[in-house]
Amino acid sequence: MKHCLVVDDSSVIRKVARRILEGQDFKISEAENGESALALCKQAMPDGILLDWNMPVMDGFDFLTALRSMPGGDAPKVVFCTTENDVSMITRAMRAGADEYVMKPFDSDIITSKFAEVGLL
Amino acid sequence: MTPAQFAFLTEFLKQRSGIAIGEDKRYLVEARLAPLARMRGLASLGDLIEGVRKGLDVDLGDAVIEAMTTNETFFFRDGSPFQALSEVMLPKLIAARSAERRLRIWSAACSTGQEPYSIAMTLDQHAAALAGWTIEIVATDLSAEVIAKAKAGLFTQFEVQRGLPIRVMLANFTQDGDKWRISEALRRRVHFRTLNLLRDFSALGRFDVVFCRNVLIYFDVATKRDVLARTARQTAEDGYLVLGAAESLASLGVPYLPVPARPGLFARVPSAANAPSRFGAAVA
Repeated sequence: MKHCLVVDDSSVIRKVARRILEGQDFKISEAENGESALALCKQAMPDGILLDWNMPVMDGFDFLTALRSMPGGDAPKVVFCTTENDVSMITRAMRAGADEYVMKPFDSDIITSKFAEVGLL
Repeated sequence: MTPAQFAFLTEFLKQRSGIAIGEDKRYLVEARLAPLARMRGLASLGDLIEGVRKGLDVDLGDAVIEAMTTNETFFFRDGSPFQALSEVMLPKLIAARSAERRLRIWSAACSTGQEPYSIAMTLDQHAAALAGWTIEIVATDLSAEVIAKAKAGLFTQFEVQRGLPIRVMLANFTQDGDKWRISEALRRRVHFRTLNLLRDFSALGRFDVVFCRNVLIYFDVATKRDVLARTARQTAEDGYLVLGAAESLASLGVPYLPVPARPGLFARVPSAANAPSRFGAAVA
């Protein structure tokens, strides 16, 4: 069973994402900010990360930059999932090491197709 | 909606669009047409059908057909047809057409344009091999409304995310307010027009590849056979037909044979050929 970490400060988004990804046979962990997410990655590196951009304490961009410089941090497939839909923001996320990008709002088809696109399904 | 009104409607839909609606699809009629009746200020679905029957409003029949047409689509829908285009059809056709350097592809029920634009993006992956070629993508649909949307090439955020990897999206779309506009280069490569598959389409000319996915499932066997027989006449003898992955041509007696391990892909059987042996050669 693949392991996905859902990082979002909204408990509603985490709940929706959990439901969609558990339906695809993922084991789910949750974090409400980048700092907690980094701590979880140090314990066990997930196969995939669904990542929000704007979060308190450490945002998604800083988390991704830190993750990619950690030992083993290049392994997880990272799907940014955020309301930031400006081309410059998307480009910035891809340059920082995101593998895919989902603009909110999303549905299960979109999440599933993006996870398939990065080879997690 | 009385049984007589339902009977009139099913016959009307079959004659005008080929859509076969059985008694088991009564719920679909109600779900699709009740909002249209309300929009037109009519008291009931029965009134809507009476309006069509009496022909008082010439647009009403078209509106009913549009509402009953399924326009579910997204970019690179199902993946495998575009993989087959890239890995099977194009290599074969590029080799076979190296002298004339011309390819024609028909998206026969293109809905809001995602399929023909996906075809155009797939062709882009073969840009080097196709440099200097004349490529024509013809995209048709019964509904004028969806053709207008397809031509505009403007998609919601939701639509561009369904099936399009982000890098492909960024390479081919620009942001336009809260929507995404397909590149002018892609838009100009596709020629859109309205077309009813029940009517003569021989004027479209001959195609190397015909995409006709998830359309024939709405037709009865006789209509399906007729549309496919006429499609075969418009398909080059070494060309291809792409149907939905679950669609079958078994027992229809049309000159196409399935390509092994490629769900939904069929190779045209040349007219005077011994089908199985020539088919083997065609897909080798």
